Amino acid sequence: MDSAMLHATANSLCRANHAFGSLKTRFRGPAQEPPRGCNDIGHKLMLSGNWRTLVHQTYRWSMYRYDVVDKTLVRERVAQFRDQTRRFLAGELTEDEFRHLRLRNGLYIQRHAPMLRVAVPYGLLSSRQLRALGGIARRYDRGYGHFTTRQNIQFNWPKLEEVPDILAELAEVEMHSIQTSGNCIRNTTSDHLAGVSPDELEDPRPWCELIRQWSTFHPEFTYLPRKFKIAVTGAAQDRAASLVHDVGVHIVRGPDGSPGFEILAGGGLGRTPIIGQVVREFLPREHLLSYLEAVLRVYNLEGRRDNIHKARIKILVRSLGIEEFRRRVEAEWENTRAAGPLVTAEEVIRLRGFFDPPAYRSLPDGEPAAGKSTAFRAWYRYNTAAHKVPGYRAVYISLKKPDVAPGDITDSQMELVADLADRYSFGEVRVTHTQNLLLADVEQDKAFELWQTLADAGLATPNIGTLTDMIACPGLDFCSLANARSIDVAKLISDRFDDYDYIYDLGELEIKMSGCMNACGHHHVGHIGILGVDKGGQEWYQITIGGAAGADASLGQVIGPSVPKTDVPETIARLLEVYVERRQPEERFLDTVRRLGIKPFKERVYAASAAA
Amino acid sequence: MPRRLLRDGRVVDDDWLYLTEAAGNGAAPLILTLSQWQNERDVWIARGGRLGVVLSPAHKVELLVPDLARLDLVGAEFAGPSEGRGYSQARLLREHWKFGGELRATGFVRRDQLILMARSGFNSFELPDSEIDNAAAALSTFSFAYQPSNDAGLPLKLQRRPWDTPASA
Repeated sequence: MDSAMLHATANSLCRANHAFGSLKTRFRGPAQEPPRGCNDIGHKLMLSGNWRTLVHQTYRWSMYRYDVVDKTLVRERVAQFRDQTRRFLAGELTEDEFRHLRLRNGLYIQRHAPMLRVAVPYGLLSSRQLRALGGIARRYDRGYGHFTTRQNIQFNWPKLEEVPDILAELAEVEMHSIQTSGNCIRNTTSDHLAGVSPDELEDPRPWCELIRQWSTFHPEFTYLPRKFKIAVTGAAQDRAASLVHDVGVHIVRGPDGSPGFEILAGGGLGRTPIIGQVVREFLPREHLLSYLEAVLRVYNLEGRRDNIHKARIKILVRSLGIEEFRRRVEAEWENTRAAGPLVTAEEVIRLRGFFDPPAYRSLPDGEPAAGKSTAFRAWYRYNTAAHKVPGYRAVYISLKKPDVAPGDITDSQMELVADLADRYSFGEVRVTHTQNLLLADVEQDKAFELWQTLADAGLATPNIGTLTDMIACPGLDFCSLANARSIDVAKLISDRFDDYDYIYDLGELEIKMSGCMNACGHHHVGHIGILGVDKGGQEWYQITIGGAAGADASLGQVIGPSVPKTDVPETIARLLEVYVERRQPEERFLDTVRRLGIKPFKERVYAASAAA
Repeated sequence: MPRRLLRDGRVVDDDWLYLTEAAGNGAAPLILTLSQWQNERDVWIARGGRLGVVLSPAHKVELLVPDLARLDLVGAEFAGPSEGRGYSQARLLREHWKFGGELRATGFVRRDQLILMARSGFNSFELPDSEIDNAAAALSTFSFAYQPSNDAGLPLKLQRRPWDTPASA
């Protein structure tokens, strides 16, 4: 089937989908008669008796699709915000009143212009959506967007009065900016390898979608003491930094093998970084939402509202202690669970239906790097990941290269990636929390031609998981909160470390950088963390080492006094010298720091500067 | 001029008086603060007539639970645009403690929050006079709701998702 025909078939299936309601309706019910006079191929496929197979061969997006409820709500939200914006511009709403409303629609007033943060639910985008984002970047912004550590995308230059129009365009492709800022439940984040990773117990995306819907316009939890972030993972490795979220939801199996969740709470970064703690070791899956409501209610009623810096749930959990916090949540849950939302088995099946695997071909595992150039072999090694289906790889698209802010992507690059997703990965793109993109389902044999195209577009920096795959917030260049620039420090580091043999020899290394203590760049959980501080009006940088965001999460320790910007690359070089000298076989930088402690690293950095 | 408020989707004159407004009016339905109620509970019960109590954001609703059957009105105060405890107070009163009287939002109440308040259980709203005439329309901002709630203040029940409460299914 050629691509044009694929498009046509998929489009008609989409229309059929609308006509028939949700996908689940089709899975569950018997074939229904199409409307009279309908000549839609989608209907014919469904009526053929073998439509499920055909759907799998032609349906392009293994992702949630809006039904009439979602569509209506998002459009009504756009209308609501359009009216609020009009009233603000007409002077009917004060700055402060409007602030609370615009924030709940992802709109910040930043250093230069408004910033609009668009939700990418659990990091999943269709090619159509990515193309729409590219179009918005071109027409309403300055031709680029910025992917964030919470899998969202930000536009840094929209005009306030045009934001309702942007939101209306987003609604047409089943997207929105609802609750991407403000003191409410934010976008639920997840594992970017969901559904494809060999180490996965269960695909977390249906649960993320359930939480997305439940948390959207939640009447009780839209004016919380502070923002609230939930991450869901279902694999052995934690690729969603769930231990530094307000709530972490881990898919687990109970003692008898029954499906459920481990619930953590109280993690977070910011000024007071804390690792989340277990509230409940096992929650039967049907109670997920009622339990989250109990956690949120305790937080909403008991969390501090007198001091913005002490208002996150982590402070409440820490001040009560995890036992007392747990006791209160459990008591609340006992009181209210009977009347609370219950996730039925039918609903689990319905939501899972959206994430059914795409139509994989039956392929053998190959060795696509064999006999190819060194450059391709390096890219294949670092920028692709194992896939649970033989013959496939997950392919990272690096958004990290010198001269470009980490996570930035141009309008035409977005369109190119959308095209590549259509050609190589079932029309689907994912955003990673490390600010890269991912094509999750690429045939190994196609990796070489994909690499060639990516390389031509500047999207094949072979650096995933290495020193130059840095995470950074927008920093002082864009953000009104920042003390210091992060983008140009990332560039200084990239310039200092441009020898890829050395970078590869260093192995897995996560450098994370924030322009202020709000920690949007997750510096506390970087193997090397860099924090911008203001020192008498100058930009200085505090360095931490030993942080990690995965299942073995830990907070980095400060090595000593902060350093001026120009010394940051040399400081990192000295840290790495110690590592190279003292590492044991197979030991990552993080492991060496954990084994030796920070002392030898600290001594090298400050002895060197004392001698200088 | 009596205070106007939005109650059950309609603008009405308020038939309740706060204690400070009630001098010389011995029979009017009376709204007290929690401390006024707690300090002279016996006096108010002896007075008879309809009684209401307004909670501050920090008050636990459990403080009123023993008296809920005596009260025809419970209010929750919103101290400012970021205050959100009243939403939980309202849901607990409606859904757990089954309060069936008037549940009133006071303080910083604007039309942009009305649908959230109404879904949480408030059915009357003290809005600024400049907002009140256009406010009822805000109750139909959304045609659907994702999550279960009691929707006590909405003119129509919203259609919801399948993970609705077992009780209302």
